[in-house]
Amino acid sequence: MADIYLDNNATTMCDPEVVDAVMPYFSEQFGNPSSMHSFGNKVGFALKAARKSVQNILGAEHDSEIIFTSCGSESDSTAILSALKAQPERKEIITTVVEHPAVLNLCDYLATEGYTVHKLAVDDKGRLDLEEYKKLLTDQVAIVSVMWANNETGTIFPVLEMAELADAAGVLFHTDAVQAVGKIPMNLQDTCIHMLSLSGHKLHAPKGVGVLYLRRGVRFRPLLRGGHQERGRRAGTENTVGIVGLGKACDLAMEHMEYENTEVAKLRDRLQAGILAAVPHSFVTGDPSNRLPNTLNIAFEYIEGEAILLLMNKAGIAASSGSACTSGSLEPSHVMKAMGIPYTAAHGTVRFSLSRYNTPEEIERVIEAVPPIVAKLRKLSPYWDENGPVENPEQAFAPVYA
Amino acid sequence: MWDYSETVKEHFYNPKNAGSVTEANAVGDVGSISCGDALRLTLKVEPDTEIILDAGFQTFGCGSAIASSSALTEMVKGKTLDQALEISNQDIADFLDGLPPEKMHCSVMGREALQAAVANYRGEVWTDDHEEGALICKCFAIDDVMIRDTIKANNLSTVEEVTNYTKAGGGCSSCHEGIENILSEELAARGETFAPGAIGKKEGFVNLAETKAEPTPPAKLSTVQRILKIQQVLEGLRPALQADGGDVELLDVEGKNVYVKLVGACSGCQMAAMTLGGVQQKLIEELGEFIKVIPHTERPVEIAGV
Repeated sequence: MADIYLDNNATTMCDPEVVDAVMPYFSEQFGNPSSMHSFGNKVGFALKAARKSVQNILGAEHDSEIIFTSCGSESDSTAILSALKAQPERKEIITTVVEHPAVLNLCDYLATEGYTVHKLAVDDKGRLDLEEYKKLLTDQVAIVSVMWANNETGTIFPVLEMAELADAAGVLFHTDAVQAVGKIPMNLQDTCIHMLSLSGHKLHAPKGVGVLYLRRGVRFRPLLRGGHQERGRRAGTENTVGIVGLGKACDLAMEHMEYENTEVAKLRDRLQAGILAAVPHSFVTGDPSNRLPNTLNIAFEYIEGEAILLLMNKAGIAASSGSACTSGSLEPSHVMKAMGIPYTAAHGTVRFSLSRYNTPEEIERVIEAVPPIVAKLRKLSPYWDENGPVENPEQAFAPVYA
Repeated sequence: MWDYSETVKEHFYNPKNAGSVTEANAVGDVGSISCGDALRLTLKVEPDTEIILDAGFQTFGCGSAIASSSALTEMVKGKTLDQALEISNQDIADFLDGLPPEKMHCSVMGREALQAAVANYRGEVWTDDHEEGALICKCFAIDDVMIRDTIKANNLSTVEEVTNYTKAGGGCSSCHEGIENILSEELAARGETFAPGAIGKKEGFVNLAETKAEPTPPAKLSTVQRILKIQQVLEGLRPALQADGGDVELLDVEGKNVYVKLVGACSGCQMAAMTLGGVQQKLIEELGEFIKVIPHTERPVEIAGV
């Protein structure tokens, strides 16, 4: 039996049609799109077509608003650093406590450089408090950077409304939409979003290509200066293979947008119901009523996530966890902590993220495989007694060092 | 994914001695739920001999935490408490054919559970003196707390010193930014400012270049002058060797190779290699070029025949 891949928020399989589309750009179509001759010219046209496809999936008004980059992180860094460079008198940044490290670690670094970083808190379902946000929107803020959807829980943030509030306050608004593009229909020209990051490999394109959407007229300072590529906004010879692949992947994502939101969502819901019914002391984290159609994050109490993943991997199922151990850090996922999930559950969170390639049969196999794995690990757990958690688990087992 | 050894995988997939021991008379609870690993070790100890008859574990933790617990119980069974206490965390890691640096703390947790259980059996109070911080140096598994404590205890102020005292940063060097950040904070706490070293090659290399630059360029010496100079240096060293009952004699010079004969007490002395090293160092300094001093016994045969 083939292994089951349920880690699509980490990365996705390159669609076979994408692979077919990019192959010529490894061989006969090797030209530099900047060149005058026909070798380069043809590749130049291919980039133009890809740019149109990205414009289409984002609903951007102009194709010149699309800047190709190397990845989502580069797009995030470019957006935030550009806002700071372009408005040197503004020293504040607004973001959230649950952002991806691509934004959070950059902001933490900027804080050491003298910038003030406001991180919006979330409630127990991972939702933001917009009243808190409104109070922070002053003329001191250089940029707001808020993710469209959270990578761990799939919780969707009200970025359209937040962008409008920022725009009205004269503040730049950037959204890291790497998890949202291809899963949530969007039409940026009707929004107040000034900048948006996307990453190719999250939507079945190759790794190594990303996009920064930059609304026409928004003041911009490049991260990489040099050649005239991307209209001087991102120097460096284009990753033609990646860009052509991304264009094709965007076309395919548009075709499958409805399927993603109906069929994939159904599979996800079946997986959730099946596991919750079979595994006691487990619960869904985040906001189930407002999340990405493909994402399910379940906390299995009293056991640890890496151990779950290893046993699932042995059973041929790939997923990911918010435990400290899977990242090599000392703390469980910052997203789980921010939502106030207790440690005995936060370390046992498992994220199942589906794609249009998953089948109902696969989902049934996972529903069958997970409960015994959880039971096996609970048997080893000092917090677990025969059929349920020990009484007052945190007191019954209170190890020596904190 | 972690690079776990087959033994780690085996002990994780099929843990030995899982669960708590019936009639246990020693219990050790250690770990930290915030960090995501915690372990309860239960032992059944024969009171007269203090031999561990049975051991069991209950672990909340990752693959290597469970494997380390399983390994620990296997290792202590049949040992006396004193023998068991000799088990180090490295022994546990070795038993498992090694652990990734990020996971070494799992073996530390195993050893601590053992200490806690023995203390519990003996009616002592076990206090943990081990505080764990974020892993900074992945090459040598050195954490934040260890680096800070060492900086404080020894008044360190450079990355190089931190490396010399803790090994942190001595491998791939990617963690130097992290070490600099820690130094900045620790120096600020004692009222100093962190001053990074000069950009460029490692200090060791810089020094080497400086000592090279000082002496007269070797190109100025003719062959005869050069040999005379070598002879001169050796003459200068002889009184010291003679005082110890030995001597050195110049046999030949061939390019950078200087062949010498150690005689008297120097010949066959355990310290001969060090003596030659000293001679070589002196020659390098005086001539300002690289010189290799070779004992005549190691001289290639065809040259020896000349």
